[in-house]
Amino acid sequence: MTAMTTAPVAAPETPAPVRRPSARLRAWATRAPLLPALIFMIVVTQLPFVATLVISFFDWNSLYPDARHFTGLDNYQEVLTDPDLRQSVWTTVLLTVAVVLASLVLGLVLALLLDRRFRGRGIVRTLLIAPFLVVPVAAALLWKHVLYNPEYGLFNGLLHYVGGPQPDWISNTPLLAVEASLVWQWTPFMMLILLAGLQSRDHEQIEAARVDGASDWQIFVHLTLPHLRRYLELGALLGSIYIVQNFDAVFTITSGGLGTANLPYTVYQSFYQAHENGLASAAGVLVVIGSIVIATFALRVVSSLFREEVSRA
Amino acid sequence: MSTNALRARRVRGKGAGLGLLAWLLGIAFFLPIAWMALTSFHSEQDAATNPPSFAAALTLDGYREFFGAGGGASPWPALINSTVASVASTLLVLLLAFPAAYALSINRVRKWTDVLFFFLSTKMLPAVAGLLPIYLFAKNAGMLDNIWLLVILYTSMNLPIAVWMMQSFLAEIPVAVIEAARVDGARLPTVLARVVAPIALPGIAATALICFIFSWNELLFARVLTGVVAETAPVFLTGFITSQGLFLAKVCAASLVISLPVLAAGFAAQDKLVQGLSLGAVK
Repeated sequence: MTAMTTAPVAAPETPAPVRRPSARLRAWATRAPLLPALIFMIVVTQLPFVATLVISFFDWNSLYPDARHFTGLDNYQEVLTDPDLRQSVWTTVLLTVAVVLASLVLGLVLALLLDRRFRGRGIVRTLLIAPFLVVPVAAALLWKHVLYNPEYGLFNGLLHYVGGPQPDWISNTPLLAVEASLVWQWTPFMMLILLAGLQSRDHEQIEAARVDGASDWQIFVHLTLPHLRRYLELGALLGSIYIVQNFDAVFTITSGGLGTANLPYTVYQSFYQAHENGLASAAGVLVVIGSIVIATFALRVVSSLFREEVSRA
Repeated sequence: MSTNALRARRVRGKGAGLGLLAWLLGIAFFLPIAWMALTSFHSEQDAATNPPSFAAALTLDGYREFFGAGGGASPWPALINSTVASVASTLLVLLLAFPAAYALSINRVRKWTDVLFFFLSTKMLPAVAGLLPIYLFAKNAGMLDNIWLLVILYTSMNLPIAVWMMQSFLAEIPVAVIEAARVDGARLPTVLARVVAPIALPGIAATALICFIFSWNELLFARVLTGVVAETAPVFLTGFITSQGLFLAKVCAASLVISLPVLAAGFAAQDKLVQGLSLGAVK
């Protein structure tokens, strides 16, 4: 997206010293295969965002189209002062941070376990990936009805065996209920990235350290963690980008109720149900600004891994 | 497992203990899916008991109900719509991404890294950012509830991933191979079809599977932009959000059937999954 300055678009500019038309022609021939994809992306993703930006400056309820007028920054002021919307900003932050951190830590533990050789490693890896490969709505339905249901859900069924309490999970801890289902789905993602990181370690270096008498813990702290740092960052940032946009789990498990409405859900609701186009756009722009902040870091991490890759090749 | 067996394992050292822990965690993560599968084969009465009936009689009633035997809406139109949207958008993605990846890896344009990062940055633009204008456009253009609108949107959603993945696959092809073909007088389309494509085929297949998964899973656009005619499988699933009496077996059957294509595609692409999900940043 053009609003993002970290990754300047390479406008198809002609190479500097163009003397003969054939050189110019050749440059365009090189560019030609790229253009359909580039133009498609600009039309389908950039133009709607520009439109969102414009609409966000209008007071526009689609039920009263004739009353549409320019209001400057009023929508933003309303979004930022409306307690419900402020709550949804806070919910978004809380949801994203909690899910990313928990799945990152769990993913690290699992990746470290899977990095060792043991019988049935391939099977365990397959079992662990499976939650990520359940359609998100289906996963949310599974947690809502089959696991959390206070009367006959699996959790209370298992608690029954040990004579434990029978809590109503979603009503008691709605946000935690949403978070747990997301952690279940996203831990495999983190595990896969971190496992790839672990497997790209310099094994000679680790052997050398071991020969020099370093303990497993020392090797973990001084060699493995520093090496994993960028993979942890990458997992955290990509996870944040996906989870900050999460709609499926919130929509399915709580329908945005009980204080679990995050910004994407609020945007959806304010124009799909309340028909407040201007407000919805302003909230959308705020989601984008939040994403830009995360994405700026994400792009930096990806580009450092990428440059390393290119220089190694 | 008896305590004796456990103790015997522990004696064999830390390695075996950690292996066991890995197994336990793997099973714990898989348990909800296993339970979902088991419940889908139970009758509704057996599915809704507390404590759970692990050994109840198996039946296909949940599946029969899901496929509309009990007079409910048939899931077939939604499944067909999802197939059309996912397959068509994946093909379109490949069609656009392959030439683009070529221009970013083999015969590189100037500033090719900037172009790559432009593609990546579009992936970081949240879907909600463009939702409203797309909705208004679709409404005015009469494209609401039209599966081809989803095809276009899913293409834009997956194109950056595909460009990044394919770029990294194509960059691994030795330049000498391509040079040789060109010296032999082969024209570009021939070189692409006969030399580049066969080498890059496993990578292209993995890219296609990942694009398919993301399209199949998508809910927000489908929910807002489709209605009766173009409803996709995830939208069909949202019909189960509110409880409807005894319906656990049916929910489980529905969730499992609709997740099957994703599970199949995901396991088929397992080795390249990380590369795709990290947009090519992790090999």
